[in-house]
Amino acid sequence: MNALSRKPEAAPRLASAPLPALPAPSRLAPVAARVLPPLLVVAALGILWEYAAGGSGATLPPPSQVWADSRELILDPFFDRGGLDKGLFWHLAASLTRVFEGFFLSAIAGVALGMLVGTSPFAMRGLDPIFQVLRTVPPLAWLPLSLAAFREAQPSAIFVIFITAIWPIIINTAVGVRNVPQDYRNVAAVIHLRGPAWFWLVVLPAAAPYIFTGLRIGVGLSWLAIIAAEMLIGGVGIGFFVWDAWNSSNLSDIIVALFYVGITGFVLDRCVALLGRLATRGVAAS
Amino acid sequence: MTAFLDISGVSIQFPRSPVPVLRDVTLRIEKGEYVSIIGHSGCGKSTLLNIVAGLLPATTGGVVLEGREISGPGPDRAVVFQNHSLLPWLTCYENIRLAVDRTVGRGMSRAERAEWTEHNLALVRMSHARNKRPGEISGGMKQRIGIARALAMKPKVLLLDEPFGALDALTRAHLQDQVMQIHAELGTTILMITHDVDEAVLLSDRIVMLTNGPNAQVGEVLAVDLPRPRDRIALAADPRFTAPRAAVLEFLHHRHAAPATAAA
Repeated sequence: MNALSRKPEAAPRLASAPLPALPAPSRLAPVAARVLPPLLVVAALGILWEYAAGGSGATLPPPSQVWADSRELILDPFFDRGGLDKGLFWHLAASLTRVFEGFFLSAIAGVALGMLVGTSPFAMRGLDPIFQVLRTVPPLAWLPLSLAAFREAQPSAIFVIFITAIWPIIINTAVGVRNVPQDYRNVAAVIHLRGPAWFWLVVLPAAAPYIFTGLRIGVGLSWLAIIAAEMLIGGVGIGFFVWDAWNSSNLSDIIVALFYVGITGFVLDRCVALLGRLATRGVAAS
Repeated sequence: MTAFLDISGVSIQFPRSPVPVLRDVTLRIEKGEYVSIIGHSGCGKSTLLNIVAGLLPATTGGVVLEGREISGPGPDRAVVFQNHSLLPWLTCYENIRLAVDRTVGRGMSRAERAEWTEHNLALVRMSHARNKRPGEISGGMKQRIGIARALAMKPKVLLLDEPFGALDALTRAHLQDQVMQIHAELGTTILMITHDVDEAVLLSDRIVMLTNGPNAQVGEVLAVDLPRPRDRIALAADPRFTAPRAAVLEFLHHRHAAPATAAA
């Protein structure tokens, strides 16, 4: 009887009562699920490498040998004893500076040329065949010509970066500009959006994901090219460091340098991808 | 006596096509009228709407709006596109504001333009989503923003290109009611493309039925004699609703069955 009379009061309270708390999900489990597999694979590869390079006839040093030979190089990337005897940080910084200078120039020129080729059929027909031929020229093939033209190592290296990165930027920008959807063109036609306003308000944002794809490919190619170019031009730089280590038969140093090169390239790629995501507000593929 | 919107003898033929898509379509629409164009897929309904919008040129014939022949797209014939066509990098507010700034807003102050944009957001009850981007709202909401953008241009004729085609039935009904309400409030002249018979009968003053394309013509024009405001539930069994519905169905499925169905 008591229970029955209490029921009408209890019902509305039940309806708005919070649901029973779910067991708190573990925060560690998803992190472990992401981090463990690559760690395990790296460990397995390390063991395999140690085993494969451990024999008496091995030509390459095993990881333990690399650690013993190049401990200073791994642990202290910041030392500077003048000349070319510097930590890896300084070599990487010199290479990155060259890449940034060349890539910056090619981003500006590439986007501008891509816009031109994408909007003007005349420019497209005139320039596209030239681009298609020139883009297949390997980056290093440009080096002798640019050395002859600039007569100095530094601008030559920057030019090689420029000429390497520019083709994917031009081509992707042009594709993005040409592929502005018909829907947007119709909307712009109805509201009489023309000239610079049409360009800034519709074409550029619509092409932005393509442009950033081009920039990402460009920065990746630049990083590939700078290592090779520096081997030839010398001076401070990670490419020349590798070449120098080879000449002094210091294989362990080369292996350490290659790790740094790979990680830096990866970070570069992610930086441009992040920039693209921020600039296109998440429209560009990551 | 010329009509408000006069489509006279419009034919259109695309290059490299032996027969015209539309042949000699003539249609006179009065101010404030709600006219639907219905027909099977591929009969050229959307082509006709694009000609009125000025997005496609007619091969022969022409369209006259309020005594002036149209010669290209313009905000006096605002279009609500089937796939909403909002710019994905702009918020709902910015999408409408862009249209306002480029059209009716030219003579307004900044504050007036902002207010007019907000007014149109409120008209389709989307003020709460003003700062959302199209990717963050549902299909029905996108279409409401598309309608608000078109209305914000203060068009003489509102062109609806299968505006509810991609929506689920409940959302569609809700939006149809909203469009009817806006039509009653603003008295805008509306030309709508649809392939939904119920939608055509419920919303329109007249239904224009096109024959199958290519070479599509106006097959029949049916006046829907229903008082407004119309209520979909009350009308469901009303003979004044069911009779025109049956007439349109008869036209579409007996006399002018879809080519694929006829062949089967």
